[in-house]
Formats: sequence, C-alpha cells, structure tokens
Amino acid sequence: MTNNQIMFFIFSAVIVIFSILTVTSRRILRAATFLLFVLVSTAGLYFMLRFNFLAAIQLTLYAGGIVVLIIFSILLTSHVGAKLELPGLSKKIFAFIAAAAGATLCILTIIQYKFPETSIESGRTNIEDIGKALTNTGKFGYALPFEVISILLLAAMIGSIVIAKKRKD
Amino acid sequence: MFEGVPLTWFLIVATLMFFIGIYGFLVRKNLITMLMSLELVLNSVNINFVAFNKLLYPQHLEGMFFTVFVIAVAAAEASVAIAIIINIYRRLVNIDVEKMEEMKY
Repeated sequence: MTNNQIMFFIFSAVIVIFSILTVTSRRILRAATFLLFVLVSTAGLYFMLRFNFLAAIQLTLYAGGIVVLIIFSILLTSHVGAKLELPGLSKKIFAFIAAAAGATLCILTIIQYKFPETSIESGRTNIEDIGKALTNTGKFGYALPFEVISILLLAAMIGSIVIAKKRKD
Repeated sequence: MFEGVPLTWFLIVATLMFFIGIYGFLVRKNLITMLMSLELVLNSVNINFVAFNKLLYPQHLEGMFFTVFVIAVAAAEASVAIAIIINIYRRLVNIDVEKMEEMKY
C-alpha cells in the first residue's frame, strides 16, 4: 500500500462519514461544521492530485467563503442550540431507497466500464499555464467564460443586496 | 492509475457524496440544510471533473477550469439563496419549506 493510497483512504473516509453527518445531524450549526470538514478534505484530494491552485481556491472560496456565509445565515435565522425536528419515517425510507438505488446503479456502471490507461507525468500544474489559458481567446483559451463568470458574480452580488435589503414601507 | 489510486475509486467516492447530498435534499425541511446538501452535490461533481482531467487527459487543463467555474457559480448561487432565505425569514419568521404557504392561493 503506497502513501498515496493511504492518503486517499483517509480523505475519502472523512468525506463520506462527514457527508452523512451533514445530512443527518439534528443541530444545524454542527451540520455546517461537518460540511466544512467535507470541503477541506476535498481540497486535500485536489492537493493529492497536484492541483495546488484549485485546492487553494477550494479552501478560500468554499471553506472560507461559502461556509462562513452559511454559518452567518444560520445565526441570523435560528437559535444556536435549536434542534431540527426529525423527518417522518416513510419520508426517510423513500428518500433512502431513491438515493441507494441511484448510487448502486452509478457504482455498478462505473465498475464495469473499462477506462483507458494513461501514463501520467506527476508534475504539478504550472501557474503560468493557468494564467495564459484564462486570458487566451484562441484554442484552449478561457477568456470568454472568464468574463461571463465575472458578470454573473457581479449580477449575483447586486441581486443579493437588493433582495436582502430592508424595504421602507 | 494515479500513483496506485485508480480512477474508479475517485468516481465511487464522488458518487457516494452526490447521493448523500440527494438524500439530504429530499429529507431535510429547513432551507439552509437543503442548501448545504446542494453544496455537497456540486462538490462531488467537482471531484469528478478533476479526477477525469488528471487521470485521463493529464496534458490538458479543461477539467480544472470547469471546476473553477462551477465553484464561482456555487458561490453566486449560495449568496442569492441566502439573501432569499433571510428575506423569507423577515416576512414569515420561519424557514421551513412545509410552512411556506404565502403564495399558495
């Protein structure tokens, strides 16, 4: 067993266990904390795959930004010690059947499919290549989606300010 | 195979995470916990993109850029959703999906 496999098992165990705790925990603030653990160990998977820039984005934007936003809104809308009411048994059973059926179908398909073997030079991604691709308009250039996503972020920012603003009436 | 870890393992972890997110979305009643399940789903898709990129086409960067864009869309979606949730809370003092009947009639 190589080091990489051990790291993969640790990260994936943390991801699966804390995902389950995120959707089953009765205290909403704890659920947010478990979501933070899931996102951080996903960043660990990205580091394992040598996507350092992407892992940094994951840590700052997801773990640092979105989770803090969610915790803020939890504190604004519910009491800290409040417990969520349990869902009904039949709802739980049917949701579990739907999720389990989908998961088994997908996993069976994945296991049966033979992916082609590629040789991997395990160098890290060059930050210079990323910068060039993000500002390039030719083939493998992402200038247009980059601009579109900036417009989207601006629109979302203005929209959320307008929606959450107090109305004078 | 990436230094002993085959692509299938990454895909299985992402699948489990995706369907745990689906289960949470179906079971939860509180709007914020539903949003958290949605984040799980988006995150599992990101793992898929990154694993396909590294293990099938290591000379390209497409999967990485798609993941960056998905993260940006998730951030925009979370901010708008939380603004809507806070607005609903101000009007109804409740964020349970089953108690929102304002627009029913």
